[in-house]
Amino acid sequence: MNAPDNPRKFKVIGTRPVRPDGVEKVTGKAVYGPDFTTAGMIQGAILRSPHAHARILSIDTSKAEALPGVKAVVTSADFPGQESKVVAAGETSSNLQHIASTCMAQGKVLYVGHAVAAVAATTKAIAEAAAKLIVVEYEVLPHVIEVEEALADGSPILHEGMITKGLEPAPTKPSNASAVFTLEQGDVDAALAASAVTASGKYRTAPVHQGYIEPHACVASWNADGQAQLWISSQGHFDLRNQTATVLQMPISDLRTYPLEIGGGFGGKTGIYLEPVALLLSRKSGRPVRLTMSREEVFAGSGPAPGVVADITIGADSDGTITALKLEFWNQSGAYPGSTIHPGVMTALGAYRLPAFWARGWDVLSNFAGTKAYRAPGAPQIAFVVESCLDDLARKLGMDPLDLRLKNAVRPGDPGPVRLPHGAIGYVECLEAAKAHPHWSAPLEPGQGRGVAGAFWGNYGGQSTASVAIASDGSVQVTTGSPDIGGSRASMAIMAAETLQVPYESVRVAIADTGSIGYSMVTGGSRVTFATGKAVVEACREVLATLVSRAASLMGAEEAQVEWRDGAAHGPDEQVLSMAQIAAKSGQFSGPLSAEAAVNPLDYLPAFAVHICDTAVDPETGQVEVTRYTAVQDVGTAIHPDYVEGQLQGGAVQGIGWALNEAYLFDGNGRIENPGFLDYRMPVASDLPMIDTVLVEVPNPAHPYGVKGVGEAPIVPPLAAVANAVRDATGKRFTQLPLAPDRVLAGLKAG
Amino acid sequence: MSKLAITTTVNGDPAEFLCDPGETLLDALRGSLGLTGAKEGCGSGDCGACTVMLDGAMVCSCLVLAPEAEGRKIETIEGVAEGSVLHPVQDKFLELGALQCGFCTPGFIVAAKALLERNPDPDETEIRYWLAGNLCRCTGYDKIVRAVQAAAAQMRQEGVSA
Repeated sequence: MNAPDNPRKFKVIGTRPVRPDGVEKVTGKAVYGPDFTTAGMIQGAILRSPHAHARILSIDTSKAEALPGVKAVVTSADFPGQESKVVAAGETSSNLQHIASTCMAQGKVLYVGHAVAAVAATTKAIAEAAAKLIVVEYEVLPHVIEVEEALADGSPILHEGMITKGLEPAPTKPSNASAVFTLEQGDVDAALAASAVTASGKYRTAPVHQGYIEPHACVASWNADGQAQLWISSQGHFDLRNQTATVLQMPISDLRTYPLEIGGGFGGKTGIYLEPVALLLSRKSGRPVRLTMSREEVFAGSGPAPGVVADITIGADSDGTITALKLEFWNQSGAYPGSTIHPGVMTALGAYRLPAFWARGWDVLSNFAGTKAYRAPGAPQIAFVVESCLDDLARKLGMDPLDLRLKNAVRPGDPGPVRLPHGAIGYVECLEAAKAHPHWSAPLEPGQGRGVAGAFWGNYGGQSTASVAIASDGSVQVTTGSPDIGGSRASMAIMAAETLQVPYESVRVAIADTGSIGYSMVTGGSRVTFATGKAVVEACREVLATLVSRAASLMGAEEAQVEWRDGAAHGPDEQVLSMAQIAAKSGQFSGPLSAEAAVNPLDYLPAFAVHICDTAVDPETGQVEVTRYTAVQDVGTAIHPDYVEGQLQGGAVQGIGWALNEAYLFDGNGRIENPGFLDYRMPVASDLPMIDTVLVEVPNPAHPYGVKGVGEAPIVPPLAAVANAVRDATGKRFTQLPLAPDRVLAGLKAG
Repeated sequence: MSKLAITTTVNGDPAEFLCDPGETLLDALRGSLGLTGAKEGCGSGDCGACTVMLDGAMVCSCLVLAPEAEGRKIETIEGVAEGSVLHPVQDKFLELGALQCGFCTPGFIVAAKALLERNPDPDETEIRYWLAGNLCRCTGYDKIVRAVQAAAAQMRQEGVSA
């Protein structure tokens, strides 16, 4: 709420216009993944494993195929054999065999809910009935869920022969640890031993789901000539196309992918689940096929964020200067390698000056769905560990926790997580804004506590394409390949309007299919307003250069004599040509007014945040209530402050849910006990206060308007901010999330 | 299994559809009637994305059987605006940035309108409890609550009944 409306010389940037796609979304017209239909479309259903770990001995589909109305049945036998090779997959990379196995089990099921076979039929009810008629013979294997079980001697191995990467010397025995990642500097043990004060702890979090309200859905249509179409709601229809075509071994350009509106993703819609299956069903049936997941399928069959077990020690001199940090953590990664150990390590090393450190993350596999990116993937868990430990350290030092962070916070030029110097970062500014905020000095009621936590998140740039076309009446079409999850069409339109100096309302933004514009990476890594924004601005500038050049020739002037101002060309002798006037003459001799920019900017900057949380803890029930919450963040420049604030508020509340209630609960058979929104308890409106925001603006000099990514950092601090507030309220340090009433009550009773 | 023929009223207009006895009202709206504004987020009445009004009562249409629509009046998100004129709740959602992905938005708008029909001046707590059956994963609810407050204020000022 605190962003200045127009802090600099900008005309449009920093204002809060209605988003271009808004009316469709408040009237129910917008077409999301499960809403799309096409002529002749039939419905699919997926049969999923009831076992957490089992070998598939046989699959008999004959009864399903015989059911009237059934048009196609698909099993792993219909999937092309996959090479073991690593390919790009959304924000990271994955082994092709694992990507294929995520869509349909190949030989072994690795979790309850793993897809085993699929049916397409004239109705959803027939498809579901037919799926139940498929007979699968399993050899049930022992399974593991928790990290300790997965690493125990003699534990069942998910991927036979898997040798841990990143250890010297390499282990000789296969295990469920797929990889370790370590960064170190100096002699951390000696530095800790020499420290005046140390704080340490063992922490634990459970897997949590991204919780997007729209279940996964797609429609696929495969034609007899091998060309195919796919309509999907995803965070990146180019990347999903590439993954799908690669798995199906078809030329990528034969698969045209159309983006539908996406009902939330948070990282969980960067990879494929249904898409190749729907295409194979379509190929077999000759009909377009829709596949959708139920909520239970989303919980069991799509990727949560990993749980974490962590050991940490931080040391400091008596004046509060941090001397060393030692961290080892084990990601509970689900069924496939590649969880977030790298960003986890970086989270621990990015925010504070650390003379000595040793940080190691383990990627440990077990029998639930392979984990996926979840908003600042890997960072919230590790920030929970580090920022809780810092809170303990501040208490031992008798220091204000913000002062401890201010004393040690990284400044521009300080080494970043991989020791490259930080650029124009704003952590100190955030800490100072938090300290100055009335929330920090407000009195607390009896029984309440206050916690604070900071955050570092690296952000990303990456490949984007955008085009800008001026219509004959001077109105502007901006086209990108970046799905809009939270209002990015508005920020693209604002940046285009600012650059072209035209009214916001004259700019319209489309998100084009893979046949209509060049490649863009997924909407992830807080990258769209930064990287796709750069592409939009670059394309606008190219169009501007053409406009000026044409205006000059129309005026009989030199280009240098023409200035673009207020959306019009101003030339000698007070000649003025509006964009519409220039555009209207395009057809006569000079051709369309349009430009496309393809960029791959890597000069992004990290985001820093500080959250302040007040809690009240009910001593009789263990219920924790968040009574006040303030999120402070360096956002670079807020292009559309409403949607920037919205990112801070939404991320904070997801983090509050992670802290207080959300967790996968498994029974003894590896089945999720809470695969629905009643028992997987995400925050609802009555759980929460208003979420106050402070937008600190330290611009990124590498972006034309100073943008830094904002979407992910807000979920990094809340876990520790809440836990530190509970510590303050109860005098007890809780080291395991979620802080659900049963756990808190047991902790209070234990004293 | 033969289908049932249902005669009902949707957004003030007569409507007929065929359905299986076990089909949900949500499926009938989204399928037979082509009204995809109500969304299925859970299918178990926990997310509120499928909220519609049934004879003036707010319901999760995923928990109502389609045959129960016989002879009743259904109002959906598609009927909230009057022609091309948005309802104040819709206006304020846009003006105050109260949606991000927008998937939960139809359910919230139907629910918020129902609240303001009952109480034109709800306080923040009442708004939060009234909307507690609607899940939003993007916004943290802050701007949604403010949009409902702003819509209520505008409607009171203009003397508009919801």
